[in-house]
Amino acid sequence: METFVFLVGAAVILAGALGVVLSASATRAALSLIGTLFGIAVLFVAQEAHFLAAVQVIVYAGAIVVLFLFVLMLLGVDTTEDLSIEPITAQRPAAIVAGLAFFGMVMLALSAGADSVTGMPGAFDPVAGTVPDIVALGRSIFTTHVFALEATALLLTIAVVGAVVLVRKAETIDPDDDISPQLQDASTEDGEEA
Amino acid sequence: MVVTGTWYLVLSAMLFTIGGVGLLVRRNPLVMFMCIELMLNAVNLSFVTFARMLGDVDGQAVVFFVLVVAAAEVVVGLAIIVAIMRRRPRATADDLALLKG
Amino acid sequence: MLELVWLIPALPLAGFLLLVVFGRRLGEPGAGWLATAAMGGSFAATLVVFLGLIDRPGDDRFFTQTLFEWVPSGDLSVDAGFLVDPLSISFALFITGVATLIHLYSIGYMHGDPNFSKFFIYLNLFAFSMLLLVLGDNLLLTFLGWEGVGTCSYLLISFWFTDKNNASAGKKAFVTNRIGDWGFMVAMFLVFVTIGSLSYVDLLGAADGGQIAAVTATGIVLLLLVGAIGKSAQVPLFVWLPDAMAGPTPVSALIHAATMVTAGVYLLVRVNPVIASSFGWTPDVIAWVGVITALVAATIALAQNDIKKVLAYSTVSQLGFMFFAIGSGAYVAAVFHVITHAFFKALLFLGSGSVIHAMHEEQDMRRMGGLRKFLPITSVTFIIGWLAIAGVPPFAGFWSKDEILLYAWNNNVAIWAAGSLAALLTAFYMSRQVFMVFFGESRWHEPIPAEVPAAAAVADDATSEAGGNEDAEVDPETGDAEPADVPDHAEREHALPADFTPHESPWTMTLPLVVLAVPAVIAGGLNLPFTKDLHFFEHFLEPSLFGNEAVLTGGAGTKWFVAGASIVIALVGILAAAAVYLKRRLSPEPFEQKAFAEGWWIDSTFARLVGGPGTAVFNAADWFDRTIIDGTVNGVASGVRAGGTALRVLQTGLARTYALSIVVGAVLIAAWFLTRASL
Repeated sequence: METFVFLVGAAVILAGALGVVLSASATRAALSLIGTLFGIAVLFVAQEAHFLAAVQVIVYAGAIVVLFLFVLMLLGVDTTEDLSIEPITAQRPAAIVAGLAFFGMVMLALSAGADSVTGMPGAFDPVAGTVPDIVALGRSIFTTHVFALEATALLLTIAVVGAVVLVRKAETIDPDDDISPQLQDASTEDGEEA
Repeated sequence: MVVTGTWYLVLSAMLFTIGGVGLLVRRNPLVMFMCIELMLNAVNLSFVTFARMLGDVDGQAVVFFVLVVAAAEVVVGLAIIVAIMRRRPRATADDLALLKG
Repeated sequence: MLELVWLIPALPLAGFLLLVVFGRRLGEPGAGWLATAAMGGSFAATLVVFLGLIDRPGDDRFFTQTLFEWVPSGDLSVDAGFLVDPLSISFALFITGVATLIHLYSIGYMHGDPNFSKFFIYLNLFAFSMLLLVLGDNLLLTFLGWEGVGTCSYLLISFWFTDKNNASAGKKAFVTNRIGDWGFMVAMFLVFVTIGSLSYVDLLGAADGGQIAAVTATGIVLLLLVGAIGKSAQVPLFVWLPDAMAGPTPVSALIHAATMVTAGVYLLVRVNPVIASSFGWTPDVIAWVGVITALVAATIALAQNDIKKVLAYSTVSQLGFMFFAIGSGAYVAAVFHVITHAFFKALLFLGSGSVIHAMHEEQDMRRMGGLRKFLPITSVTFIIGWLAIAGVPPFAGFWSKDEILLYAWNNNVAIWAAGSLAALLTAFYMSRQVFMVFFGESRWHEPIPAEVPAAAAVADDATSEAGGNEDAEVDPETGDAEPADVPDHAEREHALPADFTPHESPWTMTLPLVVLAVPAVIAGGLNLPFTKDLHFFEHFLEPSLFGNEAVLTGGAGTKWFVAGASIVIALVGILAAAAVYLKRRLSPEPFEQKAFAEGWWIDSTFARLVGGPGTAVFNAADWFDRTIIDGTVNGVASGVRAGGTALRVLQTGLARTYALSIVVGAVLIAAWFLTRASL
């Protein structure tokens, strides 16, 4: 059963990920992202992380992707990108080579297993013996990690204030009074391309 | 055929690599952001896997915090993108190269 | 009460900082009063610390206060701290006391100067540096004060810097002092290499415990002597001090007579255990440097006509006395003479300032005379100072000088003879000065014989048409302050108005004279030679000297003989001067030799050496500096710039290339770990 769930989940995840990377339209990429996020949530459930699965669906698929779509609509849904051109020389092959090299490295490290990669003995077997459930997670967050929790609360507040300030500032600047001619030129070229 | 933790980890590595390559090849800042989300999710997946393998709830706690930080990051990042896009519609990541030496 | 020692230098520092910020706003005379109050407070603090010190038993009079660790650098750790012992507090007492009086005096003297507050800024900074010098508990802090007083000296000598002569006199003092500072610095390096610390406690303890080899100790002492020679104007580096008289007279009194120039004496007395552990001939070197200076400067003083130049050479000569006292092991006598000299020489300088003030910036003694009737307070106090320096009992100078000569006799009769000759000349030239300035008939309107053409040329000069207004002085009879367009004191107006009468100075100037005259009379009581019980000062200083004071071998007969000789010498000098300059029975020609007037051509020889062969050396150094040193520095800079230009292409400004380099970096790091892994 778990094999089936894993294979389906993995297929959805990888398909979604490839959709994000390969689709020219940003809207389509955002929709593909939802697939990946749902797949991740399914695998969370498969690994008995039920709370995180719920949060994954609510926060990621429900809030963040909606935020992405919101921004897309704000800026115009037709933001497509010509994937056949690459302005930076050798960026694409270099990226693929670097990505594969990284993947290879991780595979190598994985095959090393519990043997020493960093010089310290690794552990793949249960150390605590407790089954991670919601109660244990809640206890851990609100006792062991309570300072990190407070810090993230502060971080969220700052992020909200920062977002407000950033967006408001853009309004106060006169768009005609542009101080960056280079940007202007670049956008004109881009406009011609599109 | 038993699904072991290694399967999840391999899947996580693939997802991370796809996200990373996507970040490098895409020019639309919004899509680049989504690629970053892919990479974060790959890491989350591996954390949850480790939590199950080690029987330790701290891996899940880390995922929880990653979610929160990702939310904050998306808020600020999208605000920046909106601020840029308002003045430079259709700007790509390559156009924002004022810091060229 | 000893914990208050930090207040002593802190108050002048506070005065300095306040004046830097508010000085211009306070203006005249507020800035002067603030500075004087700071010094007065510092004097009071010194008194408190002094009382706390004598409250302790004799062998416990050694107190250090560490404020913070100043230079923590590897093996070298230097604290900012103060050392209170009888020696440092003796110096601090007369420094703050005399400085307070001179600050007060300056309020009157600098009246009307456009840079009134700046003068007091410098004076307070000087007092702070000087107190740091004597109170610092390590060589580096003393060196900081040493350089601080040197800087203030430079700033104050060239205070009226619009005149080229003053500016170059300042530069001369600074450059000459640098030679001495070199010696001090190298001595510090040597001390650190030897004992691994710069604090006096460690240095004196090591030297007293015999842990410093004689050859090292000799090196340290001789290098410190080089420093002392520069700062205390000994042969051959004394040439800057007479030129330093270009500064305002209070500066001459405070810095170039009473305090700064005695820093060398302080330093040598401070390190007396090191002198004691050096080779036996080291003190003789110090003694001969001192006695030669005393003689040379005294002969030059015979033929000077500038009232301040006479006093300047007299100061050099008296410093020579202190040095050969140190060389003879008479540390107490040396410090004793520093103190009495501070009183009477400050008195004489301030008196000369009062005379110059009264004579509308006239400094040539040949155009004075008969001033006794016009300047009653100044002349009486000046005469007291004269009797003190000439060595007439019971004035202060007699006691200290007699003690120095006694120890010199004990050490080496040749040094005694040379010193006594210098004492004779001292009595002679000081009497000459007093007779020329205060006695005889007034010669204010007389042209100077040899300089008639020059004086006429000056009178014709258009710039001097402005009359006596050029000097920023006030005529107290009318109370009019003449605003000085250009504070040009060097270009003096020689033609005084026909109805000119000298006037006594205001009370701020005469009060310090009167106050200073008191210790000039009675300071001898600090250390009377009659019985052991009367050696107050010697007992007081004992803890600082580690038993290194020389022991007198002669009996009472020697004592009386030397004292009698001193009195006879003083009287002979005075009477001879009276015969020449008062009664005019003898011609002054044989006494005013050209060699004396020209200062034995030492100065001009230096100038010729530096101007001739010296220039080649300087050019070579300049070439080395420009080509090798600058070349290295500039080469490094252009190398960095070239590297930066080459690396600039990496800075594409494109976020995606940066991201790519992150991924490549991650791959490389992972690869590095995997190569180390035991797969």
